[in-house]
Amino acid sequence: MTRTEFWQGNTACAEGALAAGCNFFGGYPITPSTEIAEHMAVKLPKKGGVFIQMEDEIASMASIIGASWTGARAMTATSGPGFSLMMENIGFAAMTETPCVVVNVQRGGPSTGQPTMSAQGDMMQARFGSHGDYAIIALCPANVQEMYELTVKAFNLADQYRVPVFLMADETIGHMREKILIPDTVGRINRKPLVPGTLPFKADADLIPGFGQFGTGQHVHVTGLTHDERGYPCATNPKVHASLVQRLVDKIENARDDMADYDIINPDASQVFIAYGAPVRTVQQVMHDNKDKDIGFLRIRIVWPFPGKALAAFRNARHFFVPEMNLGQIAREIERHVRVPVISIPKLGGELHAPAELIAALEANL
Amino acid sequence: MSFEDWYRQDRLPHIYCAGCGNGTVINCTLAAIDQMGWKKEETVFVSGIGCSSRAPGYILTDSLHTTHGRALAFATGVKLANPNLNIVVFTGDGDLAAIGGNHFIHACRRNIDLTVVCMNNQIYGMTGGQGSPTTPLGCLSTTTPYGCAEMPFDLCELATAAGANYVSRWTSYHVKELEKAVKAGLETPGFSFIEALVQCPTAFGRRNKLRQVADHVEYLRSHSLLSVKRDRMLEKGEKIPEDMFVVGELTRRNRPALGVKKP
Repeated sequence: MTRTEFWQGNTACAEGALAAGCNFFGGYPITPSTEIAEHMAVKLPKKGGVFIQMEDEIASMASIIGASWTGARAMTATSGPGFSLMMENIGFAAMTETPCVVVNVQRGGPSTGQPTMSAQGDMMQARFGSHGDYAIIALCPANVQEMYELTVKAFNLADQYRVPVFLMADETIGHMREKILIPDTVGRINRKPLVPGTLPFKADADLIPGFGQFGTGQHVHVTGLTHDERGYPCATNPKVHASLVQRLVDKIENARDDMADYDIINPDASQVFIAYGAPVRTVQQVMHDNKDKDIGFLRIRIVWPFPGKALAAFRNARHFFVPEMNLGQIAREIERHVRVPVISIPKLGGELHAPAELIAALEANL
Repeated sequence: MSFEDWYRQDRLPHIYCAGCGNGTVINCTLAAIDQMGWKKEETVFVSGIGCSSRAPGYILTDSLHTTHGRALAFATGVKLANPNLNIVVFTGDGDLAAIGGNHFIHACRRNIDLTVVCMNNQIYGMTGGQGSPTTPLGCLSTTTPYGCAEMPFDLCELATAAGANYVSRWTSYHVKELEKAVKAGLETPGFSFIEALVQCPTAFGRRNKLRQVADHVEYLRSHSLLSVKRDRMLEKGEKIPEDMFVVGELTRRNRPALGVKKP
C-alpha cells in the first residue's frame, strides 16, 4: 500500500528523514533549505525526537555528530554558505566515522550569491571541502520522489559505512511540487555495533569498525586527532596516520560498485548525456522530444563515490555530454574515466538548461 | 571508588608540562564526580582543542574530543539526544572564549544541563604561548610582545549575563573550594560554569615574571578576592584593587533549563 501526496521537495526530504527514523535535527535557517528545518520542528517533537535550532551551521554540524554518538539518526539541512561553515566538522565526522546526514539544497554561489536560485556548484566541495584526504557519499535527487527516497537511503548508507552522507539537492528540486508516492514502510540498515571487548576503531574485513554507542559502557574515546585502533591519539606515528586515512578512503571507494545507483538508457547510442540532479529533467525532455535520435543517457543518483564502471556500458559512445548547473565540476571527473571527448554544458545563473541548449550541443558535435 | 579510578591507566604518561595546573583541576573534577556517585557508563566528557581539552582522553568513560571551540555545540547534541547522560565539558580560555565564544553564550542562554570546567591559564599553551581573550592587560605573550593592549573577558560575568544557572571561579590553589564548586555545578540543573585559573609555567609564567610554579600559585592565591569580601568592600565604599580577581560562588539560580534528566 502506498499513499499519494503533492509535496514540495523539501517536505519530501523531511518526511523521508522521519520515515527513516531520524530522531535528531540540528539546524540553522538558510534559503532555500529552511522548509526542511521548519517541517522537522513541527514533526520531530511529536515523534519523541529532538529539534534544535543552533546558533550557526558550525554548531548544527557539531550537534548532529554529538547526537549520533548516542545512537541517534541525526541530520541537518543547509545551503552553500552554511555548507562552507560545516566543513571543519564534516572532516571531524569523516575522521571519527560518525554516521550523519547533511542536506545541501544548493543555491548560486560563491558567497551569498543567489539565495533563491538553483545551482550545483557545491559538488566538488561536497567531495573535497574539508581539509585532508577522506571520502564521503553524495546523492543527487532529480525529483520530489527522489528527495524522499534518497533521504531514506542517505541514512542507511551513513549507518552502514559510518560516514557523513550528503543529499546534494538544489533549489529547483527543493522548492518544486510534484506528485509523490509514499510507501508504508522503508528499509532500514543499522550500524554494526561494537562487539564488547574489541577495539572501538579496529575495522573488520569491510574496513568498518563496530560502533561503540555512548552510554553503553564501552568507554570509547572519540577524537579528531589521528588515533590508533583503541581510539587513542597517535598523531606523530606516520604508519598509524597513513593506514587510518587510507582506510577511511578505501572503505567508501572500494564499495563504489556495491552502492552505485544509476540508470542506463540506450547504451548503444553514440551521443550520450550524463546528468544528476535537476539537469536530469532537461535531458529527459530532450529524450522525450527526440525519440528518433541516437541518444543515450546515464542518469546518476549517487555521484560520490563516482560510479566510473557505469560509463563502460556505453560502448559506442563518441561523445559524453554533461549538462551541469556549474562550470563542469563532474564533467572533469568523467574525463578521468573515459577516452572519448567529454563535452561540458555548463549553466550558471540559477535557471535550468533549456532543451534547445542541449540539442545545440548535440548538433555542434555530430 | 576514588577519583583515581576514573583515569585510563594505559594512557599514561600524559602530555601536561611539569608544574601545569590542569591536573589539579581534573583531579578536583573527578573527585566531585566520584562524590556524586555517577557511573562511568552514564558519564560523558566532551572537549574542544587545547591543553585542557586533552583531559577527556585520560578518563575512562565515553568521551568526545572535538574541534576547536565547538565542544559546547557537540555536547548540546549529546545531551539533548540522551538526557540520561551526565555531561562534563573541559575547555580553556582560548577554546571557550575566543573561537568558541558564540557557542558559550548560547549554551548559557539555553541553560542546557551541562557542567563546564574552564581551565583558564590566560594564554594559548598548546600552540606555544599566544595571547588569549583572558590575557591580562600588559602581559607578555608571543603575539603580545609589547604587552597585551586589549581588555580581557571576565568569563564568569559573561556566563552570568548570558543566563547560566551556576557560576563559580576558583584557582588551582583553592583545591577544596574548587572541588566543592564543581560538585555544586554537577548538582545544579541547567548550565553550570566553573572557571579555574591555573598556572602555566611553560607559556605564561616564564614570560611574565612567574617562572617558578610556586610563585605563580602564590600569585593566584594572593590576588584572589573572595566574593563575600568583595561585597563587604563595596558596601563600605572601598576601592577594589585592579589586579585582584573575584573568587567564590558568583551565581546560583533556578532559571528554566534544557535537557535535564527526567526523574
